[in-house]
Amino acid sequence: MIDAAVLSRLALFADLQAPQLQAVAELMDEASFPRDTRVLRSGISGGGFYVITDGEASVRIDGRDRVRFHPGDFFGELSILTGDPVVADIVAVSEELRCAVLPEHRLRPLLLDYPHLGLRMLEAMARRLRATTLWSE
Amino acid sequence: MTAGVFPPGDYDVVVVGSGPGGLQTSYFLSRLGVRHAVVSADDAPGGMFRKWPIFQRLLSWSKPDAPFARDSREYEWYDHNSLLADEPELRALVPGFMDRSWAVPSRPEMEQGLTAFAERAGVAVRYGCRWESTRREEDGRLVLATSDGEYRCRAAVFALGVTEPWKSPIPGIEDVPHYAETGDPASYRGKRVLVIGKRNSGFEIADGLLPWAQRVTLVSPRPADTSVIALASVRVRYLQPLEDRALGGGTYVLDAAIERIERTATCFRVVAQGTTRAGEYELEYDAALAATGFRTPLGDLEQLGVRTVAQGRIPALTPLFEAAGAPGVFFAGNATQGAAGLRKRGVGSSSPAVQGFRYNARVLAEHLAEQLGVRPRPRRRLAADEVVPFLASELASAPELWAQKGYLCSVVGLDGPFDDGIQPLERFVDAGGADAVAVTVELDAAGEIFPGVYVRRDGRIREAELDPHPLSAFDGDPYRRELASLVGLP
Repeated sequence: MIDAAVLSRLALFADLQAPQLQAVAELMDEASFPRDTRVLRSGISGGGFYVITDGEASVRIDGRDRVRFHPGDFFGELSILTGDPVVADIVAVSEELRCAVLPEHRLRPLLLDYPHLGLRMLEAMARRLRATTLWSE
Repeated sequence: MTAGVFPPGDYDVVVVGSGPGGLQTSYFLSRLGVRHAVVSADDAPGGMFRKWPIFQRLLSWSKPDAPFARDSREYEWYDHNSLLADEPELRALVPGFMDRSWAVPSRPEMEQGLTAFAERAGVAVRYGCRWESTRREEDGRLVLATSDGEYRCRAAVFALGVTEPWKSPIPGIEDVPHYAETGDPASYRGKRVLVIGKRNSGFEIADGLLPWAQRVTLVSPRPADTSVIALASVRVRYLQPLEDRALGGGTYVLDAAIERIERTATCFRVVAQGTTRAGEYELEYDAALAATGFRTPLGDLEQLGVRTVAQGRIPALTPLFEAAGAPGVFFAGNATQGAAGLRKRGVGSSSPAVQGFRYNARVLAEHLAEQLGVRPRPRRRLAADEVVPFLASELASAPELWAQKGYLCSVVGLDGPFDDGIQPLERFVDAGGADAVAVTVELDAAGEIFPGVYVRRDGRIREAELDPHPLSAFDGDPYRRELASLVGLP
């Protein structure tokens, strides 16, 4: 369980009313990672959906940091939605990384229960995809 | 054992607490030859089981008869409440006190089992000695100030349980008594009772008050997940209030976020907003109880750098139960849930219960013995043709793997080969090192149980999930063939 006030500061949850936010907060855990520890691991299946509440994380592929994640950013959704193992390491790169964690089997029901949350997620994913497309051109 | 035992002074390790976590840790430290002291503010062993659960019945099973002999390692899976011991005569003590009216022990039966363990295993404790504050000296050593004097140590193990009443931040909740302050059931006779919270303790109170209260209403934002409850040990407490609700017997289970609570001269007035069904509730109750959980009594440890999760209730721990941010500060018992593991498939550890944390205590004691240079972790040599049968047998019946699904693993070093013991899976996956294989018993959200295999070669981990089996016969030929192919041994 995480404090609903922590979630209320994040854009992903901006459309939820206070009672809904409390219900979502009851579903999520709070996690803390020291610098250089892995949150998700390349090749390992069954991780959760993570939203950064404080600190920074990096997407690390073959030892190289590719993308930096900040408070409000989320990860883990691709593996859950495709059913495939995680494709990159996600590593804590601040002194402490704090995240809200949703168990993987709860992500689909959450998106169905709160379509506005799904829309916010889709918008963020679209921005990421556009950045990747521009970068690869 | 009290006065004269473990006087203040220098020790390699100091353990704080005499509940199951403290007793189990001290037992293994002693067997490994680690010089340590155990201090406790209580005056007898048992920790929280000396007073809770309020309605005197545990949730976790101990089956007096099972497919394995009571003094065997395999029997541990059928007895979730006894502490572990190397000596057969010290094993499985709790079932010996049970009257078999239930498959789960009563609180006094559990307390008797823990007391018997402390006595028969000779676990000494300095009782009546309260830990008061903590500081770190320049040489890195920790100093624990207690009511009896100061203890200096290289590592401190806090086995304090998750026992300090905690209330969620709701305006007005300060006027609501906590679960820990629940009165005599008779004092709720004929009353309308509000229970805030739908977790174990909320349903325990609802069930316990059914014979007394006029009406019980449970309130929290999320619905009680009946599909999960049916598979969890909490079913013992959950089902009767839910049946009562379903049949309209006067119990209500509301999904609502409480906005505020007002205590008037005669009642508690509650304003809440529906979550799964929109709408405002204005309700009045004669009595209210906050079944909102507990926190680890951390004292001043956060000033030493201990970080927390779960709204400040649980210390954030490394896979070997050390506080992130406070080297040398370790936790045992229920608080080891702060080492969350890989959270695969959304399944958490069993560390909040004796059945899970008793194994964490052995992992911690072996780690401390190795770290302090007292004794390296035991590594038993295996012949090459023993590896696959050993791993298959571990998958089928190792109690550590069954109690801590997807959390603890059984490891074989392939450069030997040798049995490398029970380790946290997260540590195996992240630590790197020589070629090795780890097996786990895993569980998914639908309740399917299946073996997990993690092969480390040249520093890279390859994960394989094997199929479930209707009888969980993971030591059968198909599993042995698959294991042989994965590890490249006969």
